[in-house]
Amino acid sequence: MSDLLVDVRDLVVDFPVGGPGAYVRAVDGVSFTMGPGHALGIVGESGSGKSTVAAALLGLHRGTGTRLGGTVRVAGTDVGGASAAELRRLRGATAAMVFQDPLSSLDPYYAVGDQIAEVYRVHAAVSRRAARARAVSVLDRVGIPDAVRRSRARPHEFSGGMRQRALIAMALVCEPRLLIADEPTTALDVTVQAQILDLLHGLRREEGLGLLLVTHDVGVAAESVDELLVMRDGHAVERGPVAEVLAGPADPYTRALLAAVPRLDAPRKPRPSRETATTAAGVAGVAGGDGAEVPVVEALGLRREFGRGKRRVTAVGGVSLAVRAGETLGVVGESGSGKSTLGRMLVGLLEPSSGRVRHAGDEARGIPAGVQMVFQDPVSSLNPRRSVGESIADPLRAAGERDEAAIRARALALLERVGLEPGHYDRYPHEFSGGQRQRVGIARALAPRPRLIVCDEPVSALDVTTQAQVTALLAELQQELGIALVFIAHDLAVVRQVSDRVAVMRSGEIVEEGPVDEVYDRPAHPYTRQLLDAVPVLDPELAAARRHRAVGPS
Amino acid sequence: MTRFVLGRLGGALLVLLVLSLAVYALFYVAPGDPARLACGERCNPAQIAQVREQLGLNDSVVVQYLHFLQGLLAGRDYSGGAAVLHCDAPCLGFSYQNDRQVTELLLERLPATFSLALGALVIWLVVGVGTGLLSALRRGGATERVLTVLTLAATGTPVFILGLLLLMAVCAYLQWLPFPTYVPFGEDAEQWAWNLLLPWITLGVFESAKYARITRSSTLETLAEDHIRTFRAYGVGERALVTRHAVRGAVAPVIALSAVDFGTMIGGAVLTESLFGIPGLGKTLIDGVRVVDLPVVVGVVLAIGTAVVIAGAVADLLYAVADRRVTLS
Repeated sequence: MSDLLVDVRDLVVDFPVGGPGAYVRAVDGVSFTMGPGHALGIVGESGSGKSTVAAALLGLHRGTGTRLGGTVRVAGTDVGGASAAELRRLRGATAAMVFQDPLSSLDPYYAVGDQIAEVYRVHAAVSRRAARARAVSVLDRVGIPDAVRRSRARPHEFSGGMRQRALIAMALVCEPRLLIADEPTTALDVTVQAQILDLLHGLRREEGLGLLLVTHDVGVAAESVDELLVMRDGHAVERGPVAEVLAGPADPYTRALLAAVPRLDAPRKPRPSRETATTAAGVAGVAGGDGAEVPVVEALGLRREFGRGKRRVTAVGGVSLAVRAGETLGVVGESGSGKSTLGRMLVGLLEPSSGRVRHAGDEARGIPAGVQMVFQDPVSSLNPRRSVGESIADPLRAAGERDEAAIRARALALLERVGLEPGHYDRYPHEFSGGQRQRVGIARALAPRPRLIVCDEPVSALDVTTQAQVTALLAELQQELGIALVFIAHDLAVVRQVSDRVAVMRSGEIVEEGPVDEVYDRPAHPYTRQLLDAVPVLDPELAAARRHRAVGPS
Repeated sequence: MTRFVLGRLGGALLVLLVLSLAVYALFYVAPGDPARLACGERCNPAQIAQVREQLGLNDSVVVQYLHFLQGLLAGRDYSGGAAVLHCDAPCLGFSYQNDRQVTELLLERLPATFSLALGALVIWLVVGVGTGLLSALRRGGATERVLTVLTLAATGTPVFILGLLLLMAVCAYLQWLPFPTYVPFGEDAEQWAWNLLLPWITLGVFESAKYARITRSSTLETLAEDHIRTFRAYGVGERALVTRHAVRGAVAPVIALSAVDFGTMIGGAVLTESLFGIPGLGKTLIDGVRVVDLPVVVGVVLAIGTAVVIAGAVADLLYAVADRRVTLS
């Protein structure tokens, strides 16, 4: 038993809520073990208790009023019974944690190298200088170029991927036996994600680290772990070798979860709309040319720059596109590619530096009626002090509707249409789940009967099962109302599912544009191929083969 | 950097110009005839007319203001009859009370005020920030509760009550110190400090309460942030978390507020100055207002404005030094 790296038995975690004696159960009787050097993935949706399990391994709930039951042993230390000093020795030196958001997880005021050195000095009696040298060497180990110089930079001077590497370096500095990674790649672009996963894989192989990977993304887990533990509502519903769980899930929930994951390799459901008609029209499909009707929105040579003088950055550099009624244009690209800026210009939230936007053939100034937007974060894009019904009614009032009875009736109908209940009219956003809030956001966008809705990462904050429901709703509404959709997302699999045509953006330009099947099956641009290659696949063998191919030649 | 300084300088000049315009209007909304006020109680109409001529009060308002600005920038001459009074730049005119140059008066009063504000600043930075940090470190414990009560008490005690109590206890009852009289630093540094001790404590303790609250709340706010969780998960102890990481979050608001408070104190420590008989700017302002000595009032207000503007610019600079993510532009 003592040779187990992690031994969790009947773990129960209760969080205090509100009044004294009131608790909510986050983890309910989870048991698992993990041998040295093994890799275990804990997958589940938000609220399943997976991160709580990870935090419990380091005793991070201590002193927060949280109630714990069962036993947790990490490398022989009983985390529940350990003294404060024992616990501090465990943290960092034996088991180290890599957090999700690499920007907020580092102290913004200190140089990255100093922060790593500080952690090292907590656990090793060495001089400041030696600790600094050690920090540089681990930064070098995780692939930070020019580590000596970069170690003096502050976190905000790093890119997202470099920050995550720095956090991993911090985890490695004391040579722990266990690495706990809580959603280590969720905040990263798909190509960077692939690099970080490769790094974790290499570290496991070379340093013999045990890896506990907590993630909502089954694809990420499939690439990186030997065993999978599926959690739901605080319970472990299924556990087994990763290949077996993925190939033949025993539990119905696991099956549902896997089915909801958007995939690049699964056959695509045929989209009902007029794919053929629009393909012919292409980008330059202007009215009159081939007799087709006028596009709902048309962008001509859109440019947008930010800043002045030496700091000037081109966010979007000359983009032209057209979307017709009933058509969905997917826009994919990594963060910083200018896709959100493009979306904001299409709805008129942002003035282009040059170029024109035409709505139904007319050049519009300001925010034209009939153009709406659905935003990424369903939490912050709804006014918390306004009932959801009022939020849905707002655009109607903005459009000039004065009849209160009509406004209310329309809002109630919309609530019902997006799958909520009319009785929800007077409730407030915090009473809803993420998926429900995004439905409210969609209802709000539908309110003034738009011709075009621009969705900026509408599902990236949602769990996969919720994601599937929301994209299905969008498709249904589009078919019913004939709306044109611009679907901006970084997730290539989601875009493939919902779009008729897709535009791949990079550094403010569209590098490739065409019908979905053509772009995904026969990518013409090397960047598109690179993006597609980086998407995690749900097949561990394929992932291993691809990794081998990538590492092989070097 | 240079651009930032130049930009701020331009902005500061603009603010002062607007301020000068506003206070100059005081001359015209204030009750009474400036010439009569300047001349004194026992002047006959002929003398008043002469003073009016000498002060240029017969000119139009715009011309008068331009003369005032000219005086500020280049100095001006007041010629009336035979006597020509020259006033060097920056000229703020002559006090109605004793015909002394206002500029001279201000320069004479400034060191006392500056001494008072500086000592108070040191006290609130040490006592206030220290108290705030201690209560953040001992949150939930008895220490924090005692500190909270003390902070509240200090916030709720008006400066003049605290000052009076100190005077009564230390000077009258215990007789540890003589009643303070201001001694310039240049004359006797030791006496300067001893005599300013009570005013410093009075003002410093009052301000400290505010700084303790700010330091405590911004430190606790930082403690709830993600990067603190990171270091906690790597075995860094609580004390190091607070003193090394969380305190950085408190630095910015403390700097910003200190600079503004210091600036206002140059003109605003009226109660403390009056109570302890310190011949500072605040006292000068109050005295000037009481006898409607308009040039003095205008001069002091301009001086206070200058102090606040400078303090604000200094705060921005320090802010950028404390937090490297802030870029000056």
